[in-house]
Amino acid sequence: MIRDHGARGWNLHCVFGRPLGLFLLLAVCLLVSPGEALPSPPDAYRATFLPQWLPQAQFAGFYVAQAKGFYKARGIDLTILKGGPDLPAGPALAAGRADFVTLFLAEALKLRDRGLDLVNIAQLVQRSGFILVANRQRGIVRPEDLNGKKVSLWTDFQTQPLAFFRRYGVEVRPVVQGSTVNLFLRGGVDAACAMWYNEYHTILSAGIDENELTVFFFDRHGLNFPEDGIYARRETCLREPELCRRFVAATLEGWEYAFGHPEEALQIVMKAMEEANVMGNRVHQRWMLNRMRDLMGVGDSGTPLGVLRREDYRRVAEELEKNGLIKASPPYGDFHVPLLSRP
Amino acid sequence: MSPSFRGLEIRPLRGLAWRFSFPVLTAAACIFLFAFGYSYFYIRSLILNDAGRDAESVTMATVSRVEVILKGVERPPAFLARRLEGTKPPLREIQRQIIDLLQTNPEIFGSAVAYEPYGYDEKSLYFAPYVCRSPYGGLAPTFLGGDDYRYFYLDWYQIPRELGRPAWSEPYLDEGGGNILMATYSVPFYTWREGERAFLGVVTADISLQWLTQAVRDLTPSQAGFSFLVSRNGVFVAHPREEYVMRQSIFSIAEEHGDGDLRRIGREMIAGGKGFVELKDYFAGERAWLYYAPLPSLGWSVGVVFPAHKLFAGVRKLAAVTLFLGGAGFVALLLVIISVTRGVTQPLVCLAGKARELAGGNLDTEVPVVSSRDEVADLARSFRDMRDSLKVYIRDLTRTTAAKERIESELKIARSIQMSFLPRRFPPFPERREFRVFAVVEPAREVGGDLYDFFLLEGGRLFFAVGDVSGKGMPAALFMAVTKTLLKDAASRCGTPEGALGNLNDRLCEDNEATMFVTIGCGVLAYETGEMTLASGGHNPPVVVAGGRASFVDNPPGILLGVQPGAAYGTARLRLRPGDLVILYSDGVTEAMNEQGEMFSEERLLATVAARAGGTPEEVAGAVLAAVRGFAGGAPQSDDITILVLRYDGPGGP
Repeated sequence: MIRDHGARGWNLHCVFGRPLGLFLLLAVCLLVSPGEALPSPPDAYRATFLPQWLPQAQFAGFYVAQAKGFYKARGIDLTILKGGPDLPAGPALAAGRADFVTLFLAEALKLRDRGLDLVNIAQLVQRSGFILVANRQRGIVRPEDLNGKKVSLWTDFQTQPLAFFRRYGVEVRPVVQGSTVNLFLRGGVDAACAMWYNEYHTILSAGIDENELTVFFFDRHGLNFPEDGIYARRETCLREPELCRRFVAATLEGWEYAFGHPEEALQIVMKAMEEANVMGNRVHQRWMLNRMRDLMGVGDSGTPLGVLRREDYRRVAEELEKNGLIKASPPYGDFHVPLLSRP
Repeated sequence: MSPSFRGLEIRPLRGLAWRFSFPVLTAAACIFLFAFGYSYFYIRSLILNDAGRDAESVTMATVSRVEVILKGVERPPAFLARRLEGTKPPLREIQRQIIDLLQTNPEIFGSAVAYEPYGYDEKSLYFAPYVCRSPYGGLAPTFLGGDDYRYFYLDWYQIPRELGRPAWSEPYLDEGGGNILMATYSVPFYTWREGERAFLGVVTADISLQWLTQAVRDLTPSQAGFSFLVSRNGVFVAHPREEYVMRQSIFSIAEEHGDGDLRRIGREMIAGGKGFVELKDYFAGERAWLYYAPLPSLGWSVGVVFPAHKLFAGVRKLAAVTLFLGGAGFVALLLVIISVTRGVTQPLVCLAGKARELAGGNLDTEVPVVSSRDEVADLARSFRDMRDSLKVYIRDLTRTTAAKERIESELKIARSIQMSFLPRRFPPFPERREFRVFAVVEPAREVGGDLYDFFLLEGGRLFFAVGDVSGKGMPAALFMAVTKTLLKDAASRCGTPEGALGNLNDRLCEDNEATMFVTIGCGVLAYETGEMTLASGGHNPPVVVAGGRASFVDNPPGILLGVQPGAAYGTARLRLRPGDLVILYSDGVTEAMNEQGEMFSEERLLATVAARAGGTPEEVAGAVLAAVRGFAGGAPQSDDITILVLRYDGPGGP
């Protein structure tokens, strides 16, 4: 990332200590540069964004904002990198290959715990889309029915399912879940992990009917882990708060546009997928976009877009600490920097 | 008059033709369309059945060919897995065996023996020797496994491991090898550890699916549009639309179009079912039928799509030809009916025209000859007969009418001649002041048989008479003429009424072959003295009005004339005073009838005459005539009416 105009990069962090410094800095920034009113030349910023996975409707807002020129209109010359297994978001953020990334909240907390000084500048997905899908024909209708069953679990996302099993006192026979749901489809396991907006639809698209499945939504069992949020290094936020603010504003506009014009958004997403040589079909992406809408709570009277609720943060942090996945968690205010939120 | 009726009347040809052709053609069209529809749908169902059977046999042939190949692919890794159970050959030996497997099985692209973590030895997390065909020829041995390739969590390893049996993977794109569609067959092998069978790893065989997709593509019976192949997950492995391959599943297509039927078909397909079903339009761009059958080894399913336009090309062509022929037949039928109807109606129309001409009076109109032997010909024949009869009748009628007219005109002449016999100049003797006489005849027909006469005799005497010849018309008139002539002669010769009657009788009796007769009342008035002699030959009694009183004079004896030769006649004598009237009349007066059949009678005559006692002869005669006419009213006059009135005025006159 290159900054083109006058230096504003005092290292307040060193002067005031981390949280206080950040707040003061932001306060100063917001006073000194009241949004777009400040004359700033276009293309004042160049930045890089990396979604935590391959192009798909899960990141529709970003692709739409890019395609519709929302970043450009705010003076950001943005490059969206192709995410996926070959380029994990956490390491890329740490290495400075990306200025902004999306991460699950739990993932971000783990990265932070491991020393990556990142901050959440906007929370997108308020509801956990993480679900457990079980084969109803094998007698699984309640959480307790999972006892003794073979359940495939993703190695990286075990906190919610394990907490879920504990909550209902069931012992499952875990199997490592790979990148497909074929093992579940072939009956190799009785239940499998899935994202509601992705693998669940893959299962439906393999000819399994919804009434043949039992679905456990973790957020309905007191285990709501907010997922996708926008993260940046603290250092970026301190140095370029205006860029961060504008990036979030453009992204949220992109999301709102995507939900307002789903077919156009799908077009844009499909194009991004094609360019990245990712296979996919429109029906699946439509499902994903609709579920993102549900999970982001758009239209709900609840949390404004962009805000990370303190209780959600607490819950995730405590659950991770309890499982020893993190040693400690930073204070809420130090982790979430609400640069902008949409009511 | 309604327009249609008017139309019918003005153009009867169209009316009849329409009435014939409409029901006939409608019925013919209904029968044709019914037969056509039935045969069309019957043939269609036959074609569908045939297509289903055809598709089944062709598909099953391909399926069994594919199965043979797949079974061939499945055998070597199974054999190798079997050999690895219970033994742990050195790496070189494993590699040699894999190479051997590839060399003897050209369909197999690559093969691996992949062990569980630390399954081969305690140092190696990954142990998976792999040999594949190099794009440059030859075989390239390598090893699978690494932090970026943890094969234990991949489908080709996990699925047979968890299922405990060999399994085919879903198709995948081999990104390293030029994006070839591949599938992997994996056979688990086990070892015995502490008396238990424990999973040790899998032996795999990768195959390229190009030959399979090609085989499916080639699997296109003549009527089929295309074939496709779906994997166990319903994902298209082969489909003419490249953008479907590995991207869309039959279920995503179904979802895209909200097609629950296609989703059911897809579930049936991946469940290993067979069937022949109808698809909605979007799937093949038109109505189409799908035959599907499983590839049992892979658990995949082959579909053969029959678009309606190919499937029914033959029957549609047949339908088009049939419809064309039917239409042409329809037109031909129409023409035939029109011509037949015209054959029937043309003569009718002609006859109708001729009838109008006949009605107009042209009896020489030519009635057409109809050569056929049907009702119309009958009608024409009758029509001609009618015309001929009419002609004859009219000719006769004309002739009769002409004859009648001639007779009538002759009768008119006869009447004027007859009347000219009778003295018609009044007063007849203007120089004689002693008497006054008046007579009138009112014939019942144009020419009557009544007569009257008066003339002077020598010695100051007046002869007067009224007669009535039997019969009417011309014979009566002639007889009357003869009678009048003879009477005058007889009266002149004899000088007395009785003598005149006797003489007349005798002469009439001679050669009276017609046996006609006549009644005569006559008298002689000596006008110097008023002496009157009356005689009667069967005639009505005369009326005398004397001193204002009217009375009948008793008839002297005498029979009607012309019957008995030599008959004698008596006389009656009276002396008239000046002013007295004598009235002779024929029975046409007293026997005149009214509409009720009553006769005028002698009493009415007397009364009428009495009422006119002082009148002139003309007045009296006119009064009687008027009374008779008034009495008869509308009733036709049945007999001649003759009245003669004589008034004696004395020697000095009135």
